[in-house]
Amino acid sequence: MTDPLRLWHYLTRYIDGFLLVGLLMLMTTGLITLYSATDANLSRVTNQGINMLVALGIMWLVANIPLQHIMRIAFPIYLTGLLLLLCVMLFGEINNGARRWLNLGVTRIQPSELMKIAVPLMMAWYFDMHEATLRLRDYGVATLLLLLPVVLILRQPDLGTALLIAASGFYVLFLTGLSWRIMVGLAIVGAGSVPFLWSMMHDYQRRRVMTLLDPTQDALGAGYHTIQSTIAIGSGGVLGKGWQHGTQTHLDFLPEKSTDFIFAVFSEEFGLVGNSLLLLLYVVVIGRGMFITANAPTQFTRLIAGSITLTFFTYIFVNMGMVIGILPVVGVPLPLISYGGTSMVTMLLGFGILMSIQTHPKLVKT
Amino acid sequence: MNRRVELRNHLRELHYFRIRLAISAGFMLLLFLLLFTRFFYLQVSQREHYHTLAEANRISIAPIVPNRGLIFDRNGEVLAHNYSAYTLEIIPSKVPDLEALINELSTIVEIAPRDRKRFKKLRDESKRFESLPIRTRLTDVEVARFAANRYRFPGVEIKARLFRQYPRGESASHVVGYIGRINDKDLEQLEARHDLANYRGSLYMGKIGLEQSYEKELHGITGFEEMETDAAGRVIRIISRTPPIPGNNLMLSLDAKLQEVAEKAFGDRRGALVAIEPDTGDILAFVSKPGFDPNLFVDGIDSENWDLLNNSIDRPLNNRALRGMYPPGSTFKPFMALAGLELNKRNAQQGISDPGYFSLPGSTHRFRDWKAGGHGYVDLHQSLVVSCDTYYYALANDLGIDNIASFTGKFGLGKKTGIDIEGEVMGLMPTQEWKMKRHKQKWYAGDTISVGIGQGYNLATPLQLAFATAILAGKGTAFRPHLVKQIKNNSNEILREIATEPLYTLDLNPAHLEAVKNALIDVTRPGGTAAVAAAGAAYAFAGKTGTSQVVGVKQGEKYMESKVQERHRDHALFIAYAPAKNPKIALSVLVENGGHGGATAAPIARLVMDYFLLGILPKESEAKTADPAGDDEEAVHD
Repeated sequence: MTDPLRLWHYLTRYIDGFLLVGLLMLMTTGLITLYSATDANLSRVTNQGINMLVALGIMWLVANIPLQHIMRIAFPIYLTGLLLLLCVMLFGEINNGARRWLNLGVTRIQPSELMKIAVPLMMAWYFDMHEATLRLRDYGVATLLLLLPVVLILRQPDLGTALLIAASGFYVLFLTGLSWRIMVGLAIVGAGSVPFLWSMMHDYQRRRVMTLLDPTQDALGAGYHTIQSTIAIGSGGVLGKGWQHGTQTHLDFLPEKSTDFIFAVFSEEFGLVGNSLLLLLYVVVIGRGMFITANAPTQFTRLIAGSITLTFFTYIFVNMGMVIGILPVVGVPLPLISYGGTSMVTMLLGFGILMSIQTHPKLVKT
Repeated sequence: MNRRVELRNHLRELHYFRIRLAISAGFMLLLFLLLFTRFFYLQVSQREHYHTLAEANRISIAPIVPNRGLIFDRNGEVLAHNYSAYTLEIIPSKVPDLEALINELSTIVEIAPRDRKRFKKLRDESKRFESLPIRTRLTDVEVARFAANRYRFPGVEIKARLFRQYPRGESASHVVGYIGRINDKDLEQLEARHDLANYRGSLYMGKIGLEQSYEKELHGITGFEEMETDAAGRVIRIISRTPPIPGNNLMLSLDAKLQEVAEKAFGDRRGALVAIEPDTGDILAFVSKPGFDPNLFVDGIDSENWDLLNNSIDRPLNNRALRGMYPPGSTFKPFMALAGLELNKRNAQQGISDPGYFSLPGSTHRFRDWKAGGHGYVDLHQSLVVSCDTYYYALANDLGIDNIASFTGKFGLGKKTGIDIEGEVMGLMPTQEWKMKRHKQKWYAGDTISVGIGQGYNLATPLQLAFATAILAGKGTAFRPHLVKQIKNNSNEILREIATEPLYTLDLNPAHLEAVKNALIDVTRPGGTAAVAAAGAAYAFAGKTGTSQVVGVKQGEKYMESKVQERHRDHALFIAYAPAKNPKIALSVLVENGGHGGATAAPIARLVMDYFLLGILPKESEAKTADPAGDDEEAVHD
């Protein structure tokens, strides 16, 4: 192992180069934008850099694990996550009016974050188990597996995370071939339960929905975010105002500008051209994800890869949609760009699984 | 199902799967197209509209920082206040060549290397758009000189700012603490407690001591000014103004004069002293020596001074009274004696014949008394007066460690006292369970023996010892020790009194208490270990000397040979209260490497009590020296 070239090959054995380049380009874009969003605060940028390195390390680790092993821990991970969620409900820490964190003495964890990956893993595993004899009852069980954590997280309350997990689970159902009739039926039931959901929602969640319908109604309160971010994006024009020259950003009109609303900073400073390039980058990464999914060897790998890729897309769409004012403000970060370590780790963990699927020898060819 | 059919099924399923995947892909592209359409709509079709809006986004809100609350001692003596001064500030982002600009500036106002270093440090820590001070506290002459040359320095401004000052300097520095510039870590903390909005515009916050612990009271509520600005950000008119609410003032229980007397009494020695009023829990003096000048920290300390303080072998930044853990030595004995009486293991009349050592039954190992040959016949009273070790070796063995721990725990040993300053440590009162957890070893009978004379695993802070002494002095009633007595608003109206209700009262037999207290009075009389220090006092006082062994010197610390010798000497301790019958003050004194408690710690206590009870200021000569050749008290045991 003294030959550096051989070491390099050894280390990158299970890394999908195509995907890695795409991810690194997105992350670099993130750092550049963050530098401007934090008013040139190097220590925050460094911090984020460290977050990224940690997340990349985790991605590398996961990529090196053969899928059979990951499959084996799907159920234990899911069970642990579910138990932790129950613990959160019983004795979680209240922060910001929501009970999301669990204090383990040594460290605090947010079990809902774990569920983002555990739920699709579990469902994919379940369907893989019952692959040969898939019946309607199995869909029922799988839906239950999905709804349990979703309801627990909804109660915390954390609407954003609950919806994302629900989406990731739905993708698994969709990809297994859930019949269209049932989906249409579910959609009708869903629409019918809106009044019920509305009554279950917390005040701040209702306000967000109302704000979406008419942001100007509450211009200094909940609508402020959307108004300021659309002004930032619109005033950016085709070419943008230039890096570090966004007035909305630097005169402090933009809220949450390094986390959930970082896209407004990017868009104000780099304009339509920047937006298009960013979308293109995302399309490339998602495209690679779809390619890996299409060529995945087993039911389990297909489902998990598809769910991860589609969830990644969902993050992007929900975040951008909220920043440009077509979706309500839910706390969803822009993947690989927003400041924050947790979502970075969750994202790259997912990509680690994709890489593992792509690069490990496909023993079971179908 | 035969193999072929299954295979076909698989292929069919794969086919279905790929169809579903293709549908998803189409769906995603569609939604991305939707995003793009919206971008196009906002950034091309509506660009003019939003451009106008962005340009008109000129109502800016500027925070008005409230004046920080002041800190007074119990008599209204100022410990921390604010004064207004001019600073010369630079906005780095507006200056192309900082180095050249600063050089140019230094021809007009004096800029010391220290100022440059500090400025550099500030720049690394702050945002590009922030205005940073290169010089603080400009003289009138300097202000005038800069004003005349102002046109030469775009991006440089003179600003009037409020500065924090600690007029008493080193005195009570550990109590008052200091403020410093808000850094990233502070910001995260503020964010966590949802205080970020209130700190918009604030540059400083409390970092340690009361400045930190009472940050919420002292900071005040930030006001706001809504203003209309032009395209370049200049203010055209003020639309509305919400004035800030100044921070609240702290009125301490501390007596600054007493504090100073106590600090002077230490001379150059290292150590700590905590004095408490037993009837209220008011902390009268809280000394940790050496101290530091908190004024150094206010504008950001320069690296030279920081290294000096941080790397000093004397560790001046360490709050010994609050965080220093020391073996309590023989000051532990009064509590042991009381435990013996209360738990019916001893009575006051019972005595032992002290051969000068104690051995556990069935063991030849000798725990030696400090006095070779022993003290002869010793009863409870005598055991405290002459500080007999053998008596307490035997008593400890009879009580057992868990009884000792739970009884002395009632006096606050091994627990936090709940003082109103952050960073308190628990000390250590060992139990069998503790040793198993910490050392993965069972508790041996021998471990208990040395605990009995305060020389085993047990460790206490000077604050804990003072707290325990105050409970003893107050006949078993405990008050939460506190440094702040009242919180007042800016107009000096009392907002809050720190509660002086008792925490709890111990159910102690008055006769037992009396027996121990009488012995403690005799400690300060001829024949007692603190007789020399107490000689000629105009009031009766009760006390107990202690000497605690320095267990070892940490490896890897660099210091001079002569210092090493000094640092191997024992720590001197003394706890006391006075007047003995109706105590007004209870205190603990610790002198690091001071040798014997009666010789170095007790005289300090005497000076403090003389001043507090009689108003006698120590003579200069007294304050500096304490007789090193005092009476012997305790020897090494093994």
